[in-house]
Amino acid sequence: MAERSQTGRAAADREGRSEERPIGRVMAQVAMVMNLDKCIGCHTCSVTCKQAWTNRSGVEYAWFNNVETRPGQGYPRAYQDQERWKGGWVRRPDGRLVPRAGGRIKRLATIFANPVMPSIQDYYEPWTYDYETLTNAPLGDDFPVASPRSALTGKPMKVEWSANWDDDLAGGPELAAQDPIVRRIGDKVKLSFEETFMFYLPRICEHCLNPTCVAACPSGALYKRVEDGIVLVDQDRCRGWRMCVTACPYKKIYFNHKTGKAEKCTFCYPRVEVGMPTICSETCVGRLRYLGVVLYDADRVGEAASVEDEQDLYEAQLGVFLDPSDPRVRAAARRDGIPDRWVDSAVRSPVYALAKRFRVALPLHPEFRTMPMVWYVPPLSPVVDTLTRTGHDGEEAGNLFGAIDALRIPVEYLAELFTAGDTAPVDLVLRRLAAMRSYMRRVNLGQERDETIATAVGMTGTEIEDMYRLLALAKYDERYVVPTAFGVDEADRGVIEEVGCSLDFDGGPGMGGMGDVPFGEASGRPDAASVETFHALRERQTSDGAATGGRAGTDGRVNLLNWDGNGRPEGLFPPRDGGGTDNGGDRGAGPGPR
Amino acid sequence: MNPEAEAGGSGPMDLVLWGVLPYVVLVLVVGGLVWRYRYDRFGWTTRSSELYESRLLRIGSPLFHFGLLVVIVGHVVGLLIPDTWTRALGVSDTLYHVTALAFGIVAGVCTLAGIALLIWRRRTTGPVFSATTRNDKLMYVVLVLAIVTGLGMTVYFAGVELAGGHTGDYRETVSPWFRSIWILQPDIAAMAAAEPPYKLHALMGLALFALLPFTRLVHAFSAPVGYLFRPYVVYRTRDSHPAAAGQSARATRRGW
Repeated sequence: MAERSQTGRAAADREGRSEERPIGRVMAQVAMVMNLDKCIGCHTCSVTCKQAWTNRSGVEYAWFNNVETRPGQGYPRAYQDQERWKGGWVRRPDGRLVPRAGGRIKRLATIFANPVMPSIQDYYEPWTYDYETLTNAPLGDDFPVASPRSALTGKPMKVEWSANWDDDLAGGPELAAQDPIVRRIGDKVKLSFEETFMFYLPRICEHCLNPTCVAACPSGALYKRVEDGIVLVDQDRCRGWRMCVTACPYKKIYFNHKTGKAEKCTFCYPRVEVGMPTICSETCVGRLRYLGVVLYDADRVGEAASVEDEQDLYEAQLGVFLDPSDPRVRAAARRDGIPDRWVDSAVRSPVYALAKRFRVALPLHPEFRTMPMVWYVPPLSPVVDTLTRTGHDGEEAGNLFGAIDALRIPVEYLAELFTAGDTAPVDLVLRRLAAMRSYMRRVNLGQERDETIATAVGMTGTEIEDMYRLLALAKYDERYVVPTAFGVDEADRGVIEEVGCSLDFDGGPGMGGMGDVPFGEASGRPDAASVETFHALRERQTSDGAATGGRAGTDGRVNLLNWDGNGRPEGLFPPRDGGGTDNGGDRGAGPGPR
Repeated sequence: MNPEAEAGGSGPMDLVLWGVLPYVVLVLVVGGLVWRYRYDRFGWTTRSSELYESRLLRIGSPLFHFGLLVVIVGHVVGLLIPDTWTRALGVSDTLYHVTALAFGIVAGVCTLAGIALLIWRRRTTGPVFSATTRNDKLMYVVLVLAIVTGLGMTVYFAGVELAGGHTGDYRETVSPWFRSIWILQPDIAAMAAAEPPYKLHALMGLALFALLPFTRLVHAFSAPVGYLFRPYVVYRTRDSHPAAAGQSARATRRGW
């Protein structure tokens, strides 16, 4: 059975110990939760992600992180419609899962032309502008205009669509009505739409526990990392068969049309490995992202992903998560080679807390059966806003609970997104969020704590305050609980030097210089300027003092891109009289004392 | 192209073309593949243009590739299996040739139609044309010449035979030569005795082989047969990669 093979090579030795459900193979996953209530749709995450990963030719159209307005078509257009795009898994009558686009034989039979791959038009044709005209145009009465040019052909083009063309419901009912969910639940949402019901949905790769993209890769280039569950593409093994693009129901694998290879969100693994949050999290203006380790029972993933009723998938996935505070789990984790450090981290994990302890985070489209690991706290704001607009006290518990009931329409929409259409879990989440508002308002106003508000949603006052702390106050270290990598390099020694820097090779991402080389663009060895940038940036962000300007071997050279204005990098200024040292002079020994 | 063929017997030109050239090509193919695998694994891809255009590709590409697969099988059978074997199996020469011609012509026409469609698409679809390198153009020229000479030859000989004429049997000239290459005793005389169209096609074939490692055609060597036998979900540890890339002189390239 397909899912039995989940555990793969690495866990082959763990087979056959599941009589009375002891804990199976424990695996760790670095996961994310986004609190949609706080998303203001500023696209900062998208932009910083793009700058970090996809500001190269060939992936102009690719946004590893994008922010969609809901209701809306999303990016690529209507990607959620799996009848059309054939992403994710389907459960066959005998209970086995097969990729919706077909199993191994069918994959290979259609390898010469993937029948359901989105075209560039489904994303958008990337473009630039003819800036040269601005400086070269002859003197005339009219100002010269930089008109759009296709980044694919260089020819003039009409810009008609992009990754967030329908942002903030731009395009109105015509575009939003093509949202696959709106089409499914019909007029119910349109009514609400007239009440300007709208929220933002930032999306990255889900780094699924049961990834279809990995299952569909004929070359075996896509893999899920044992240590942290991050799903990556081995660029040296990818042969450009494009099956992963079809298989991913979230359409979060992009085909680099210059290099002919698949690329995807990396969960910023070079940062995560050294304990830093992903770029999208780091730069999130609303501070709505949470990162943390979730321990799960890998032996149960296949079973959970193939439960018969789609609406049970959410609970099934929760059932796969293991409680890191449980001593038995800790023992099993140790048995399976997970360092205690990681288990400790999992105990503090905000992701586990929001998903399982408070149950306010929900998976995106569990019905795709991939067991996604980027979860969402659904938005309550429209409810509060609507109430306030009608003149009610939008934060009074009774009003709020009633309003959630009355606003069935958004709840149904949210349920289509997060629970395969089952409104009960979404309803509970919204009630809990509402309860938290009412409960904490009393606290803030110096009133007595009203435990009944908490019990009405199945929580205690303490739990509500913990949840409030996490959702409203949590600082950097509480939002991003990311342990440093383990495995090869004995990170336990406390030195993570170079463990994470997998950009440390010629031709890593972000390289320039993909010129006219003999075997097609991007073959061979391009320049490595941004490798240096990466190292310098990391040094700057992780050291106390001013950056010294690069790695060993680059001393004496000053990369102005990396100079943050602090200190006096050697060679940048003429030497001072009087022989005073400054920190630019500490060769190779890292930032010097000031 | 090979005037010495008219002379009969085997001259020095025959020695170069049929005795030396095959080994040069063999070294180029093997050495080229090893070199490319070690130093340009990142460039080892189909470089698909499906993202730009899929309507024509969806017809042309399977037509070409499946046609080509049949053509390859035909070549393997024709070149590797001696005529004595098929005769021993009770297959008459006539039956053999009729079958071979039928399959060959159908597959050849499919392949040619497929690549014609693909080239037309490549030329007329803006983004696809922009993504075409000089390397690709050279490859297309050689590939099309190989197909055209092969198919043309097949059709021509079939025509001659149908008209009651007589043509030489490649199973007595080309095939023994091809097999003799592999035992390092090239039967130059056999190939020298072949008719000119065969020689032309063989040269085109050699040119195509020589190009294989250095063009996008290299993707043929990564046909993902292993996919049929592996578990769906692949797990990998962070340190397992260097083993796979161990022979590489440069540092490990991680996926992203």
